[in-house]
Amino acid sequence: MKAYLTRRYMISASHRLHSDELSPEQNNEIFGKCNNPHGHGHNYMIEVTVSGQVDARTGMVCNLMDLDRVVGKEIVERYDHQNLNLLPEFERNVPTTENLCIAVYDILERGIRFAHLDKVRIEETMMNSFEYAG
Amino acid sequence: MGTVYLTRKAEFAASHYYHSPELSAEENLRLFGKCNNPNGHGHNYTLEVTVKGAVDATSGFVVDLKQLKEIMNREVLEAMDHRFLNKEVPEFETLIPTTENIAIAAWRRLEPKLKAAQLHRVRVYETPDLFVDFYGEA
Repeated sequence: MKAYLTRRYMISASHRLHSDELSPEQNNEIFGKCNNPHGHGHNYMIEVTVSGQVDARTGMVCNLMDLDRVVGKEIVERYDHQNLNLLPEFERNVPTTENLCIAVYDILERGIRFAHLDKVRIEETMMNSFEYAG
Repeated sequence: MGTVYLTRKAEFAASHYYHSPELSAEENLRLFGKCNNPNGHGHNYTLEVTVKGAVDATSGFVVDLKQLKEIMNREVLEAMDHRFLNKEVPEFETLIPTTENIAIAAWRRLEPKLKAAQLHRVRVYETPDLFVDFYGEA
């Protein structure tokens, strides 16, 4: 029996949407108030979905302790209470939630060995969310 | 007319614990941690049942919500609400009542009873931050 397990994690981080390839006017036009040079922050809800056969012995797709350990170490510790713009993955990429989704997926795809990573969904606010499935 | 998906939610409160008789006491504790406490602990579960089908030309319904609610109550909630899952729900005499197995058990209870619409997904929330989806896949 194949099932999909989703766990939600919260991180708080700041960012500024800005591209060096654009003029100040273009940055302002495209990114609006998100281009404020001092940045701003969000409580991001990161939903990690893994899938696989439900183990007959344990009744689990994967052990939650393993999932929490990997996501805690690789994602929460990396991003929580950080300025996303200062991280290497956002040196050249604008830290939009689209790009954060892709970064989180790529890190977890390498780190999760005990189940299949199905998708990463991030809520930037209650009103918008982004999904990436590889 | 295309397929439309309809989701109905319900809540139930139940207790459970995780323990495999095939494992030693030490292995159970290592694998399941505090969920292994034999006295059990509880959750407010949310059950989400999604059915799909064509919209009936006369009623405008995919399914009669009243009937769906009655089936969910009779087949799942009456069996699981305010119960100790390990001791009072037959499936969990042999299966560990993880969220995965609760979703599968709910699917198996509901699927044969739904006539008009087809069961698409069962989602069970153990907490707001942990849920399992089951689509009837082998």
